[in-house]
Amino acid sequence: MIKVTIDDVEIEVAPGTTILNAARQAGGDLVPPAMCYYSKLPGTGGKCRTCLVEVAAGSTADPRPMPKLVASCSTPVMDGMIVKNKTSERVHTNRGGVVEFLLVNHPLDCPICDQAGECHLQDLGYEHGSAKTRYREERRTFSPIDIGNKIKLHMNRCILCYRCVAVANQLTDSRVHGVMHRGEHAEISTYIENAIDNDFSGNMIDVCPVGALTDKTFRFKSRVWFLKPYEAECACTKCSGKAVVWMFGNEIFRVTARKDKYGEVETIEDKTAWICNDCRFDKKDPSNWTLIGPRKIDRHSVISQGKYATKNDNNPKLLR
Amino acid sequence: MSRKLLIEHADVPGITSFETYRKHGGYASVEKALKTMSPEDVVEEVKKSGLRGRGGAGFPTGMKWSFLAKPEGVERHLVCNADESEPGTFKDRYLMEKLPHLLIEGMITSSYALGARRSYIYIRGEFMYVLRILEKAIAEAYANGMLGKNILGSGYDLDLVVTPGGGAYICGEETALLESLEGKRGNPRMKPPFPAVKGLWGNPTVVNNVESIAAVVPIVNEGGEAYAKIGIERSTGTKLISASGNLVRPGVYEIELGLSVEEFIYGDNYCRGIANGKKLKACIPGGSSVPILPHYLVTKTAAGTDRLMTYESLADGGFASGSMLGSGGFIVFDEDQCIVRNTWNFARFYAHESCGQCSPCREGTGWMEKVLYRLEHGTGTLEDITLLEEINKKIEGNTICPLGDAAAWPVAAAIRHFRDEFEWHVKSPQEAQTRNYGLIQAPLEA
Amino acid sequence: MKADHPQAVNEAPIEFSANTMAEMNRVIGLFPEGKQKSAILSVLHLVQDELGWVSVGAMNRVAQILDIQPIEVYEVATFYTMFHLDPVGKNVLEVCRTGPCQLVGSDDLITYIEEKLDIKVGETTKDGMFTLKTVECLGACGYGPMLMCKYQFYERLNKEKVNEMLDAMREASNS
Repeated sequence: MIKVTIDDVEIEVAPGTTILNAARQAGGDLVPPAMCYYSKLPGTGGKCRTCLVEVAAGSTADPRPMPKLVASCSTPVMDGMIVKNKTSERVHTNRGGVVEFLLVNHPLDCPICDQAGECHLQDLGYEHGSAKTRYREERRTFSPIDIGNKIKLHMNRCILCYRCVAVANQLTDSRVHGVMHRGEHAEISTYIENAIDNDFSGNMIDVCPVGALTDKTFRFKSRVWFLKPYEAECACTKCSGKAVVWMFGNEIFRVTARKDKYGEVETIEDKTAWICNDCRFDKKDPSNWTLIGPRKIDRHSVISQGKYATKNDNNPKLLR
Repeated sequence: MSRKLLIEHADVPGITSFETYRKHGGYASVEKALKTMSPEDVVEEVKKSGLRGRGGAGFPTGMKWSFLAKPEGVERHLVCNADESEPGTFKDRYLMEKLPHLLIEGMITSSYALGARRSYIYIRGEFMYVLRILEKAIAEAYANGMLGKNILGSGYDLDLVVTPGGGAYICGEETALLESLEGKRGNPRMKPPFPAVKGLWGNPTVVNNVESIAAVVPIVNEGGEAYAKIGIERSTGTKLISASGNLVRPGVYEIELGLSVEEFIYGDNYCRGIANGKKLKACIPGGSSVPILPHYLVTKTAAGTDRLMTYESLADGGFASGSMLGSGGFIVFDEDQCIVRNTWNFARFYAHESCGQCSPCREGTGWMEKVLYRLEHGTGTLEDITLLEEINKKIEGNTICPLGDAAAWPVAAAIRHFRDEFEWHVKSPQEAQTRNYGLIQAPLEA
Repeated sequence: MKADHPQAVNEAPIEFSANTMAEMNRVIGLFPEGKQKSAILSVLHLVQDELGWVSVGAMNRVAQILDIQPIEVYEVATFYTMFHLDPVGKNVLEVCRTGPCQLVGSDDLITYIEEKLDIKVGETTKDGMFTLKTVECLGACGYGPMLMCKYQFYERLNKEKVNEMLDAMREASNS
């Protein structure tokens, strides 16, 4: 085991652990946000740059600070490394910069976006964004398209995290969507008119950190904070059948995988509990499911009441 | 006149053929290395030579070679970066077109040093006609026993392949190049792991610029120490400089590092001064991604000493008053050139070439381009200049690969040295559309 | 800025000529077994040499030849700017517009060609003879202004040279 200090908290982790995962092991406030890294999908990370941290000392052997901020999701810890996240002014400023970049071409259509209330970009915007945009140019726009009959792609909202590409590569047998073009013209697309038709394609919706990929069976049906999540189970031949059903009264509005506080699909019985499209899209009758009990509300959700109201009072920037 | 170690025979008729090249001493380094030296000896000579990567970063080549991981039973590769795309740089094309066998000779000697048995030259797709020249030369080298099995009876086997890119500046970044060489989009990889540990197809790989590999030939032939005697301090040997812009005689020149910038711009053996009798306004000495220098900092440093063509002297003064040797893309501006227009032009280039993978570069380069477009076209504001500086700071250092820095530095430098001209574009937009600002006052002389 | 690239219509894989296929097999053979995907850029260049551009049907065939998913071909073809994903004229004039060329007059060169051919950048002449495009640095900075057509560089251009060049291209394409 090796020792690393993150925001004055000392943690012991296995060699090869990344800074981000070390922080997650410690938990709490010192965990950097991650928009593209997804621990259950090997190969993701490094792209969004929101998890940048300052390395104040590289290791006991070489205690020099690293000149640049580093992506905590893809930088392994060294013994004696000292990392600053919340305690670094540089991190705060530059993460704010990254959030501003992620928002310059974002439509800010939260009032009509299904992801609102559980959107990681919303959280980041709240914590690091400013109330006014400095972007005077015309925003980049795409028309929403159907990719398959159950999934809607709003490319306008996409931050190009590549997670859905990793899902298609790792969970399905043939990928039909990907990233086309480049630079600010880069887009998620099937290029040709094509449907993503695979039993596990719905997991793309769960891994999407923003509202770019949404569940067509749930679109515009309800705001997520009006729904009550229940841990539920069903007998399924394709997947574990362990899911979360989101209910209003006795009606099931949507089904998602069980996600942890970082928005990642949970590991159940040593397996990542991805759910199949049958469970996600077709089992909307309560008789399909055995309800286990109410689901704990995670830190990202506005359902945990009062979180933003209190913060807002202390943030005069947002009151303008 | 500088000694020429690389392109001395460039204009010999028929030098692109194996026979003529051999007659002029070609492939001597292969013979010397394979017959009389161990691979480690070759690495040692390159270390002694002090050769620094000629692609732009200036990292010591010998050191890069010594980082190559050598796990038992795992193939290693040498990949030549011939994706020359940095605006202002066209030396590699010249070298490959004129002296294809020099690059191949360098590839053989270097591959031997690294223990690579399968090496690749990745050339930008636009240089397809140069690729054909190289293909022909490679075939000749095979036919003459310089490539293939048991080269010169040494027991060393090497296969060499040249393969094209498809139009992407980013593939000049070594990990993007490797992605491209694997048949993928040119998205730079996260580091670590570095290519020396996990490169092409996951194998340990060294990626070197064309000119660096060619320089291995004279280093092996004459010895690392002899090579290190040329030049000044840590800038050893000769360097190909691509001179472009408003010069009497633009083109590719091989110089001994340490030549004065004054001599290079105005000397009879070099560029012979500014074209059309105009005055020098500015100069980008190392390719479009290095900071621009205003005329009063081109031939002299801020401290008043002569500016020399070396890594150190061109960087003298840091970002405040210096620049970089970079890839040796020496771009000269005469008094009629508009700095705002040119800064916008380069910003457009970087926005066009961003791979789009990481957010600061994808969104930041496009944003800068649009703001600069407005400034150039008369609808900018003074706040836009501040905004540009701030976008710059948020891109710099925060991206996966150096393209972010390459896009940020030129804009920062242009504003630093030519703020008056940017402000003039805001204050007198009409006038800025019809005439150029002209020379700036030299604050150091005032 | 509307950034939509409308989804293309899927097409059945098309066949290439025997010469092109032979050349494709040669470039694929340059890479070790199982690494045939490395030849994708060479193969796409060959497709464009034969068709003038890269169609969906051609990309679908390339996927078969390289034994990869079609999406992998689309991803690559849209990333690299040399590949024309829409039909173009017989001669595609790709004029360098980047800094060093701009310093020596590429803006004027582009305007001149636009006037001469009566098309704007991105357009094709009515007779299908020429398409005019602007591209970023082609690595001929000391010899600008310049353009590339069919992998050939036309350097230090002026009006007369452009006139001669266009005439010669027209003649070659008609014969």
